[in-house]
Amino acid sequence: MKKSSFLLAVIFIFSMMKLQAQDDLLSLVGDDKPKKEHVEYAFKSSRVIMSQSLEIIRPGVMDLRILHRFGNINGGAYEFFGLDNATMRMGFDFGLTKNLMIGVGRSTNKKEIDGFIKYRIIHQSKNGGLPFSLLVSAGSSLNTLKFTDSTRKNYFSSRMGYYGQVIIGSKISEGFTLQFMPTIVHRNLVPTVDDPNDMLAVGVGSRLRLSKRISLNVDYYYRINPNETDGTKNPLSVGFDIETGGHVFQLHFTNAVGMNEKVFLTETTNDWSKGDIQFGFNISRSFQIKKKK
Amino acid sequence: MKKLFVIIATTFISISSLVAQDKYFTKSGRITFVSKAPLENIDGDHKSVTCVLDTKTGNMQFAVLMKGFEFEKALMQEHFNENYVESHKFPKAEFKGQVVNNSEINYAKDGTYSARVKGTLTMHGETKEVETVGSVVVRSGKLQAVAEFMVLLSDFKIQIPKVVKDNVSNTVKINVDCSLEQLKG
Repeated sequence: MKKSSFLLAVIFIFSMMKLQAQDDLLSLVGDDKPKKEHVEYAFKSSRVIMSQSLEIIRPGVMDLRILHRFGNINGGAYEFFGLDNATMRMGFDFGLTKNLMIGVGRSTNKKEIDGFIKYRIIHQSKNGGLPFSLLVSAGSSLNTLKFTDSTRKNYFSSRMGYYGQVIIGSKISEGFTLQFMPTIVHRNLVPTVDDPNDMLAVGVGSRLRLSKRISLNVDYYYRINPNETDGTKNPLSVGFDIETGGHVFQLHFTNAVGMNEKVFLTETTNDWSKGDIQFGFNISRSFQIKKKK
Repeated sequence: MKKLFVIIATTFISISSLVAQDKYFTKSGRITFVSKAPLENIDGDHKSVTCVLDTKTGNMQFAVLMKGFEFEKALMQEHFNENYVESHKFPKAEFKGQVVNNSEINYAKDGTYSARVKGTLTMHGETKEVETVGSVVVRSGKLQAVAEFMVLLSDFKIQIPKVVKDNVSNTVKINVDCSLEQLKG
């Protein structure tokens, strides 16, 4: 008798539990477990400012990027604080798959054509998975200026430069992203014997989100083996990303000359400490050229 | 003693199966929404909505992971998550409510029944009462729950900046379509 009353009690408890569970029906189907998911939107666009960022543009999207750099601000009122001089690069980037994008562009500086490919190997995830992203990017550039020295034999390959880059970083919080970019730049032809054909650099890029639509970005490279004699400097850009519906504006100040990796790493002669700063802006406009469904 | 045990075991099993038979669920329900604005229409589509319905009490609950909405344009999806619903802060939307006319629905008999649903919708950290008339279709032991209702984004403190007021409508139409199966206890 004792045993049976114990069993009855057990049944009573079980049925009570069932009754209680009715209050939260969703828990019956185990819906409260957090699922593993990729961390998206580490940056507003595929570039920090001048560098490739952790982001890959989505498949089927074309990103028209128009980059402007004005002259040095310390040119004063006569140069209208640099606005009298402008160089630009117009580029088209394409998202091919979830993890692969390519892009081409042409700069007024040296009439260069450049192209790149960027691939994401590791995508940062939360609730399981790795807490960082790892991407690789490689590109080449072609100087299309007429050869100036007709006394030497000019090879087509002399026009080419290359870069390779690993981008490793993490969206540490909703507001803060940090990435590092070990980089190698190769130039087939260098100006002097003091210039290394292969230059190594380590970049750091970061984003601090100030509001839903505005962030503060910093983009800097430390060059490991620069030419010490030609007065080139490490490039540094600081600016704001401002998102307005369909556009992302990247307004910034920079000492970098040129708008592809080879140029800004090897030809940046401007010096922040002397006030040789340029105002620049990038406009990124996304077009969905292939519909999702 | 043995007999008693068998009786108790049988009652226990029958109780638990009775409880379970009352409940229907899905994890692959569909919710779509449409925002119609002068410049563009925005459609979001979600195919893995969780829904549980207790046919005995009429209690009904939905859970939707906001990140799961898919859009025609990637940029819409980014803006939806980053700027409007802020899915990193408010990952889930939930509806908890009741079929008010539950007694009028015969879940054991095939047919189409009109269902008046009332409850609270929690989204973007805000909770608001919603009420709509949908339908429940009973077909060979399965239920299909269909409903349509409107929400105002401003009720959920989702702000639309002035520059995009012709692109995003404050009034959003939500369509629910869930095929529910019996929950086996």
